[in-house]
Amino acid sequence: MYRIVNYSVVTLLGIAFLIPLIWTIFTSFTPTSEVTSSSNPFWIDNPTVSNYIEAWNTAPFIQYYYNTFIIVFGILAVQLFTITLAAYAFARLDFWGKNVIFILFLTQLMIPPDILIFPNYTIMKELGLVDSKLAVMLPYWASAFGAFLLRQTFKQVPIDLEEAAKIDGCSWWKILWHVYIPAAKPTYVAFALISISTHWSNFMWPLVVTNTVGSRPLTVGMAIFAQSFETGAQWGTVTAATIMVIFPLLLAFFVFQRQFVESFMHSGIK
Amino acid sequence: MRRLWALFLVFTLALTACSSGTTNSNSTAPAGSGDKPIELEFYFPVAVGGPITKIIDGLAADFTKENPNIKVTPIFGGSYQDTMTKVATAVQGGNAPDMAVLLSTELYTLLSMNAIENLTPQFEKSYIDDFFEGFMANSKVGDDVWSVPFQRSTIVLYYNKDAFKAAGLDPEKAPSNWQELREYAQKLTVKDGQGNVTQWGLEIPSTGFQYWMFQALALQTGDNIMSGDGKQVFFDNPANVEALQFWHDLGKKDKVMPEGIIEWATVPSDFLSGKTAMMFHTTGNLTKVKNDASFDFGVAFLPANKQFGSPTGGGNLYVFKDIPEENKKASAKFIEFLTSPERVAQWSIDTGYVATRKSAYETDTLKKYVTDFPHAKVAMDQLQYANSELSTYQNGQVQKILNDNIQAALNGTTSVNEALQKAQTQADQVLKNFK
Amino acid sequence: MEKKVNWLTGTGRGSLPPTRWKKNAFAYSLLLPSMIFLILFTYYPTLKSIYLSFFNSTMGQTEFVGLQQYKQLLEDDIFLKVMKNNLLLAIGTVPTSIFLAIYLAIWLNGKLKANAFLRAAFFYPTVIPMIAIANIWLFIYTPSYGLLDQFLEVFGVKGVNWLGDPSWVMYSMIFMLIWKEAGFFMIFYLAGLQNLPQDVYEAARIEGAKPFQIFRHITFPLLMPTTMFVLIIAVTNSFKLVDHLYIMTKGGPDNASNLLLYYIYETAFSFWDMGKASVLTVVLLVILLAISIFNYAYLDKRIHY
Repeated sequence: MYRIVNYSVVTLLGIAFLIPLIWTIFTSFTPTSEVTSSSNPFWIDNPTVSNYIEAWNTAPFIQYYYNTFIIVFGILAVQLFTITLAAYAFARLDFWGKNVIFILFLTQLMIPPDILIFPNYTIMKELGLVDSKLAVMLPYWASAFGAFLLRQTFKQVPIDLEEAAKIDGCSWWKILWHVYIPAAKPTYVAFALISISTHWSNFMWPLVVTNTVGSRPLTVGMAIFAQSFETGAQWGTVTAATIMVIFPLLLAFFVFQRQFVESFMHSGIK
Repeated sequence: MRRLWALFLVFTLALTACSSGTTNSNSTAPAGSGDKPIELEFYFPVAVGGPITKIIDGLAADFTKENPNIKVTPIFGGSYQDTMTKVATAVQGGNAPDMAVLLSTELYTLLSMNAIENLTPQFEKSYIDDFFEGFMANSKVGDDVWSVPFQRSTIVLYYNKDAFKAAGLDPEKAPSNWQELREYAQKLTVKDGQGNVTQWGLEIPSTGFQYWMFQALALQTGDNIMSGDGKQVFFDNPANVEALQFWHDLGKKDKVMPEGIIEWATVPSDFLSGKTAMMFHTTGNLTKVKNDASFDFGVAFLPANKQFGSPTGGGNLYVFKDIPEENKKASAKFIEFLTSPERVAQWSIDTGYVATRKSAYETDTLKKYVTDFPHAKVAMDQLQYANSELSTYQNGQVQKILNDNIQAALNGTTSVNEALQKAQTQADQVLKNFK
Repeated sequence: MEKKVNWLTGTGRGSLPPTRWKKNAFAYSLLLPSMIFLILFTYYPTLKSIYLSFFNSTMGQTEFVGLQQYKQLLEDDIFLKVMKNNLLLAIGTVPTSIFLAIYLAIWLNGKLKANAFLRAAFFYPTVIPMIAIANIWLFIYTPSYGLLDQFLEVFGVKGVNWLGDPSWVMYSMIFMLIWKEAGFFMIFYLAGLQNLPQDVYEAARIEGAKPFQIFRHITFPLLMPTTMFVLIIAVTNSFKLVDHLYIMTKGGPDNASNLLLYYIYETAFSFWDMGKASVLTVVLLVILLAISIFNYAYLDKRIHY
């Protein structure tokens, strides 16, 4: 009995959670004249794609997509490199000051770069990097979260494997490449998914550090677009722009959903 | 080991090689020599819907066709606020752009940064005199011209003629004073059987630009809320208290306006969907309302208290100090090109902004447009009663102080008197270094 | 190169074990790439904020003022309001979303197709940018013809001015953030549930324990490490999530929804008050460090990264 009650509650909640998304999709296909006057928000008399066309023509979305793409994968590529090396050091090497350095890494978990917008902005100004995609990427190129996640996985690789490889005369980076990295594949996938979705969504830092269409990511472009304040709220075009921004993320999420959830579960976060 | 270090070197080199500072060509060739083209960086914001970026790009291209040795690169900076941030950063970093469209109210901020060029010597007096006085108020300090009006707006009253008819009011006669405004709004407030309001009489937005709306009511009652030199504000004088009290009462006492805070961006959609019969809003909205209204609507002066009045708003063209002399000349040339009567007229039609020059209204383009669409002329006629928008040193902070306190009064968290006194004290604190 | 690496790692046959400092140097060189970025964009800016917080610099001139700006902060009404709001936000979102997450995880832990679908329904808000969510919820909260008010009207309930009323705006934000975060935390609990010993449950069932008793005395205590981990993330997030203010309220009405990080943004990039922005940044740093240290020192003896 209580099972049925709880399942109904969870199902109803699930539907409630989906409503904002469904409604946004509906609204994005609703002609302007209908948006605020229709009595049923989940019904469109004359569906139209004109909102998408208008949004597309008003802001340089292709450029924004391109920027976001470069930024997200630029961050990921360097992160994979830095976290792999750091994770190997933490998992398999003994060295002087290990604990101190470990704690230094931990600080990044406590003080995420996102809150250092103001001092980091002044640093970018000193480096002459304001308004560049590079400036958006730089603060995220070290990832303590990634390093710890990977260290956990590396630790589970049997040490004998490494010893055996050493006896065969393999160098450490060959061992890393042939033993550790393949073993940590699920962790890499998990980390990549988290990193991509985080940086695709990032807003405050790029807002501060980008100035022009050439470096501005989608989120900032969309926010500016939605803020055209001399006119009123343009529900149709703004929801269309919103869908354009979130669609790739949702697509990736539905394709990789299993990996997303599973990799989380196996990534050793207890 | 060595390989690692090599990797690092590559890495750090890659970092330093990617610096993206923009450089202004510091050529010393005289302007117009033709062999070394002058390049102008032009920052602009977008505050209205529609393909503004494309229009600006087109104008820049046309200009280069006429002047092959000057190339204008328009840079879309986002909202006004964002564009200002970019420009201020660039100026402090020593690579100022050549030109920018920024809010006319940024004047004192830009002056205190020592960022902008005095344009008085660049233009003929007759050219400057052709701009409406209401717009020039924010562009001058004393007799010095610091910027040229470009995309300017003002506040007007929009009203729904069908709702007027339904309420037994004359649809051709908008309320002309506060008394009438209140009476009309009462007649236009419609309730259903359970006493829920289905149509409000009036909406005055109170987010984003509430200081601007407050200025309108203050100008109708007494005088402007700040001095002309950017160093003083008069938030708490009796006329302004009266103005804010009237605004507050429309919602809390007369119940003809939704209580509390009304979102800037939803007011036009409230008007278009019939949720409110009248609204105070910017002329920048005219084109959109015209395109989207499914009913017959009217545009009128803001109702008077002791006199008519409305502040101007929007952006001006600025030229920066820290650029080569020939770039300043070329910038002035581009400004004259942008503000030629014909282009000002077209810009007004495309965007809904008010045409900034008297001669623009003499062009056939605008004459024809105004004949077909008389509403477009209301804002221009109201300009004779217009005054400058709130602009002081430390403008961002002063505006926020006033904005926050207006909201506190409208919400009833503090009394009108108290709110304005608090705003006055806080603003004095900010401005004391500039006295 | 090949030879060099060999003396580093030792090839086993006859080569001497690497000396201590070489081993250290090797480890450091592996950590160096990460350290460069940590130094440049975490430690240096942190120290820089502290340094700049002793200087007053509005528009160009800089002068040393010591602790004066910290004193001024305590008299700054907006700062006090912002701190209160941040606290309210944490209290409002964290416990609710954690309990919701546990509840959902327990019921969606099965292998059923329907469960997978529902998990996706709860998780997708996590994937969407905050700024997009702000656009959507701005329209949901619009008075009278917004989605929420239309929904309430069906039941004859009259909506309030969700974002315009200072007494409601924080609750509206809290509600939205719970919607965004609950699914994210649910994932961690799903992972936590996978690792619970099944025999304990068998025993409890034989004893005839009621479901709620099982939850209270077995599941919840066993999930404590997960809860601690989620708690850190949730509290940190409540200070990080400010993007929505840019679209929805700009911190209004009268700062009723303003948050510390957004106030930093305003102070630095609208008022150009570098000194104050630095002081505010230092305050935020201290808060976050305090939360973490409290967590690591007192609560969290069992989380292993």
